[in-house]
Formats: sequence, structure tokens, C-alpha cells
Amino acid sequence: MAIFLTKESKVIVQGMTGSEGQKHTRRMLASGTNIVGGVNPRKAGTTVDFDGTEVPVFGTVKEAIEATGADVTVIFVPEKFTKDAVVEAIDAEIPLAVVITEGIAVHDTAAFWAYAGKKGNKTRIIGPNCPGLITPGQSNAGIIPADITKPGRIGLVSKSGTLTYQMMYELRDIGFSTCVGIGGDPIIGTTHIDALKAFQDDPDTDLIVMIGEIGGDAEERAAAFIKENVTKPVVGYVAGFTAPEGKTMGHAGAIVSGSSGTAQAKKEALEAAGVKVGKTPTETAELARAVLGN
Amino acid sequence: MDLFEYQARDLFAKHGVPVLAGEVIDTPEAAREITERLGGKSVVKAQVKVGGRGKAGGVKLAATPDEAVARATDILGMDIKGHTVHKVMIAETAPEIVEEYYVSFLLDRANRTFLSIASVEGGMDIEEVAATRPEAVAQIAVDAIDGVDKAKAQEIVAAAKFPAEVADKIADVLVSLWEVFIKEDALLVEVNPLAKVASGDVIALDGKVSLDDNAEFRHPEFEELHDKAAANPLEAAAKEKNLNYVKLDGEVGIIGNGAGLVMSTLDVVAYAGEAHQGVKPANFLDIGGGASAEVMANGLEIILGDPDVKSVFVNVFGGITACDAVANGIVQALELLESKGEEVTKPLVVRLDGNNAELGRKILDDRKHPLVQRVDTMDGAADKAAELAAAAK
Repeated sequence: MAIFLTKESKVIVQGMTGSEGQKHTRRMLASGTNIVGGVNPRKAGTTVDFDGTEVPVFGTVKEAIEATGADVTVIFVPEKFTKDAVVEAIDAEIPLAVVITEGIAVHDTAAFWAYAGKKGNKTRIIGPNCPGLITPGQSNAGIIPADITKPGRIGLVSKSGTLTYQMMYELRDIGFSTCVGIGGDPIIGTTHIDALKAFQDDPDTDLIVMIGEIGGDAEERAAAFIKENVTKPVVGYVAGFTAPEGKTMGHAGAIVSGSSGTAQAKKEALEAAGVKVGKTPTETAELARAVLGN
Repeated sequence: MDLFEYQARDLFAKHGVPVLAGEVIDTPEAAREITERLGGKSVVKAQVKVGGRGKAGGVKLAATPDEAVARATDILGMDIKGHTVHKVMIAETAPEIVEEYYVSFLLDRANRTFLSIASVEGGMDIEEVAATRPEAVAQIAVDAIDGVDKAKAQEIVAAAKFPAEVADKIADVLVSLWEVFIKEDALLVEVNPLAKVASGDVIALDGKVSLDDNAEFRHPEFEELHDKAAANPLEAAAKEKNLNYVKLDGEVGIIGNGAGLVMSTLDVVAYAGEAHQGVKPANFLDIGGGASAEVMANGLEIILGDPDVKSVFVNVFGGITACDAVANGIVQALELLESKGEEVTKPLVVRLDGNNAELGRKILDDRKHPLVQRVDTMDGAADKAAELAAAAK
């Protein structure tokens, strides 16, 4: 069953005709994603050929949905135009919008998040500045490499793209139900808690691996949520113990401010909620193996 | 990007937040003429991005133009909590202060919106006030789309229980301050203290502004606000090359792809260092998904140019980028550096995993560079890099 994305998902790509959009649409198609269209108002009515698959281009998200029944959009448009693209997706009430674009101004993210709320939260937003999500063997919405691992019963949620790949690789022989990269920006749509809740309710997930990093208090809040609501085993990893105070470490949201947002505090909160936390990605994978008995 | 007080003051003035006159200088003599223009007396204020400068002696009154020069001489070059004072602001002296308040707008990450914090107890650290007297601090959520109009400002003023005689003036300040927050793409705008003076007016006497680096695409003027004097030379060189680099205080140079993986690499190296004379990571450097030879060369050049670095750990997980491309990048980067006449003398430990890892490893093996060794696990490679750094210490 997986979470958020299945083989039934009909995916459109906003920004499909740009270079990143084309590259990743090709990869998504190759990994079996049902891509039903792209959106570009200037190229509406044309098609783009991806190794023999003709993908139609629509003028708006709404038109794409009407013509194809699309229920997922993956957004690659440049940071200057991302807010408008997400607002368009929200207006079209598409159930899932995956925002890959990085470098979005936080006022823009705050604005589209507030807009989604005013429109009744009919669109789940993942990202921005995230690798997207993959349900191995079924569908891939974003830029996660599809050939790292296979279908299995681990659910993965992570702020970091490359740590997502690393963890998928470490546990590639066991396989994953769904891997969700939620992004490392200060404001994101889908949070650790949203993914934890979905994995808890997903009959195909037996164990949840949660990867966090410095900045904010999302991991602490996730820990509180786990304590109250998650009965499945959760294994965690937190990056950034050695990060100095006041320095942004790559991701816009990865910053320790004063005494808040430290890796140590996050680790302690997770452990207090019964989550086993690894010191390194490899040790974290070993903890997951131990829980699953292989 | 955190701004200096004088830069914050300029933005406040631009959007109509009442401030005192002042100018920033970097030589003491310039204080004379400004003080004369301000009526013969002034306040000399150290420009440092750290709190508590008043207690540290970084803010002094000058009763005459000569005294302003003397105080500027004292303060320029002073060290305040590790920050060297390169600039001072010569400001108009404040009229008699009756009360000091606090107002700010900031990003509320937890609630994914904005927040206004306001207090009648300004002048000190707001976190301390919030901890000791939480009832004196009002926190009001601000919707990112609705923003702050006069009505919203009045709601904040009422929640913070500002005195009736200044309520309307503070509401106006809040509307202007919100304009700074939105139009300048700020993550934080703070006025502390917002002073009520004898005439009944309110004036922003000091402030903090932090801007969103991601918004630079619509603010070309941000470039001018960067503090080039204080930047670490290696960080400045990395920024020139569009590299995401942070200088740290250890001995193991780090290059990796992806912010999360690099942060994790720093931690793994620090753990490994515990067994090797306590060596630590020397830097954070994320070369991103592409990891081309040129970017790899730029990164290596910065790291090898750091005299603190004793060994280098290149940690790449091939996701979208294939490891053979990364391995070629490393080999070409070394050749590029050597062809530029730069001696590569520090050992490199390379860990390649993921997409086409076998091919990538073979490229490194075939090249047989005397300084490059590969270790195929992240923990093992971190241990090797720490060991080599400790040996070279």
C-alpha cells in the first residue's frame, strides 16, 4: 500500500520542459512512474518525447488534471517562480504537490503554506528543497535514484536527500515501503510527524527509520508524537553534532541558534520517546536490522 | 545573514520606523565632523554582530567632538566577545528616555508562519524576560498572507499591554516594521529598545535584522551588505567559487555531496577522532549533486589551502551522479591542481558508494595516485582519515 504514492498515482511535472525537469522526468519514467503530462503555459498543446514515450504538455495544472486525472505534481520550476507554481497546484486542488526546487525564499514558502491552509489543505505539500519520495517498485516522484533498493517493509522519512540515499543503500537488501525526503528548509509542507502518522497507519510498513538534522524543533515534536501515537518500532539518526552555533550548514534550516536546534537535544528527545538512535548512518542501519531480526 | 546595527537602522529608516540620526565610520578622525553636525555631542557605538556590547564598553557617550574622536579611537579595534570592532556608528544622543519596550517579527518554524513578540519590558535580553516573567511577553501569530495592518498592529499592542498614550504610535511602528520584514525578506526584525522619550515619541534606539540569503535573487543589494572584513579568508574564497563551505577548527578536511551527508561526515570523523588524538573535522564542504571535476578541483583547492588541514576525507554517495564520474573528477582535480603548480602533499581518503561504485573505485585504483587511498565504508574511511591527520599533527 505504501504512503502518499502508489502505482496508481498519475503524475504531472511542472517545469517538465526545463533542463532539470526533462532530466528527471526521463528518470521517473524509466523507474516506472506513470507520468501523464507536463505543465508549461508557453508550450501547451505540444508533446515531449522521452525515449519513445510522448508526454503531453498542458497550459495549466487544472487542464492537466481535467485531461488526465492526475493526482500528483512534481515541481521543478526555478525558485523565482516556485511560489506561483505551488499556488496554481493548490488552486487546482491536486492531492499531492512535491516541491523539488531548492533556494526558495522562506517568505515564499510561508506564503504558499498559508495559502494551502486558507484553501482547506486539500493539497499535501512535500518540500520544498527536497528529493521527493519513492515507493520502490511502484512509483517515484522526484529525484531519488530508483535503483538503490527494492520494495520492502521499512518506511523512511528524512530531511536530507543524500542521507536518504545512504540509508536506502545500507538497508537495500531488506527494502522499503516508501521513502520520503521532506527537505531541510526552515518551513516545509509535510513534516516528520505527518510521515510518521502515515507509516503508523500503513499496513505495509513494519519499521520506521527517521532521519533528522540540526535546526528547529521538528525532531523534538516528532519524538513527542511517537511517544503518544506510534506503536511501530522507530529507529532514528540525527546529523550535525559537530555543527558550530550560528552557522548554516548547507540546508537553509540547518542552523543551531543559541542553545536551540542542537543534535544532542534531538537525540535525547527521541531516545526519551523510546527511539533507538544510531551514532552513524551505518550504526543506525544495524539498529534497524536488529529490530527486524535480520 | 545577520546585519550590523547601522545596516538595520538604515532599513528601519527606509520603511518609516523612527530612528536617530547617525553615520558609520571606520577611522576615529571622522567622528569629529559628524559629531559637530549632530550638535556637538554624540554616542559612539561599536558595530559588532553580538549582544552585550554596552557592558563590554562598546557604547560611549561623547560630550564634545574631540571626545567623540577619543572614544572612537578606544572602541575601534576593540575585541568584544571574539568580534573585532572594524566600524563604529556615531549617533545622535537619545532624548531623555522614559520607558523601554521590545517589538519584533520573526519566523516561527514550529508553526510554519510568522510571529510577533512584544513586551513593555524592553532593553534587556527578551529570552531572559520570557523565561523569568513570561506574562510580560506577548506572542501573537501573524498570517503570512494577511500580514500586519493597523488593526493587527493594534491587536499586538493590546496583547502586550502597551500604555494607552503610546499605543497608537507603537502600532504605527509595528506596521512600518512589518514592511521591513516583508519587503526586505527578513527572517528577524527586532527593535530593542523601542524607547518612549520625554516628548512622548517612540524611537528605535537599537535593532537587529537578519535577512534570508535565499531571497538574494530578488535583492541584488544584499551583496553590499555582506561583511567581507569579518569573513574567514577561506570562507570568502569558497563563496567566490559558489561553494557551500564553513571553516571549523579541526584537522581533517571534508568534502562530500549533499548537506545532510556532509554534516553526518563531520560527526563520524569527530567520533573516529576520539581514538586518534582527538582530531576533528576542519570544515564543512558540500559540493552538491553534480560533483564535476571542476567543482571537485575548486573544493580541493580550498581545503588543501587550509594550513590546519592534515588529511582530507572525500565522502561521496553516488545517487544521481555516478561514482565513476566522481572518481574521474577527483583524478582530474588533482591533475588540475598539479598543473597549476600547486603541490598536493596531504593524504586523501576517498569513499565512494552507490551508483557505479565499483567503476569509480577501479578508476582510483588504476590511477595509483600516491596520496589517494580508498576505503569503502563511511565509518572506516573516517577512521583512516582521522588516523592520517593524527599522524601528521
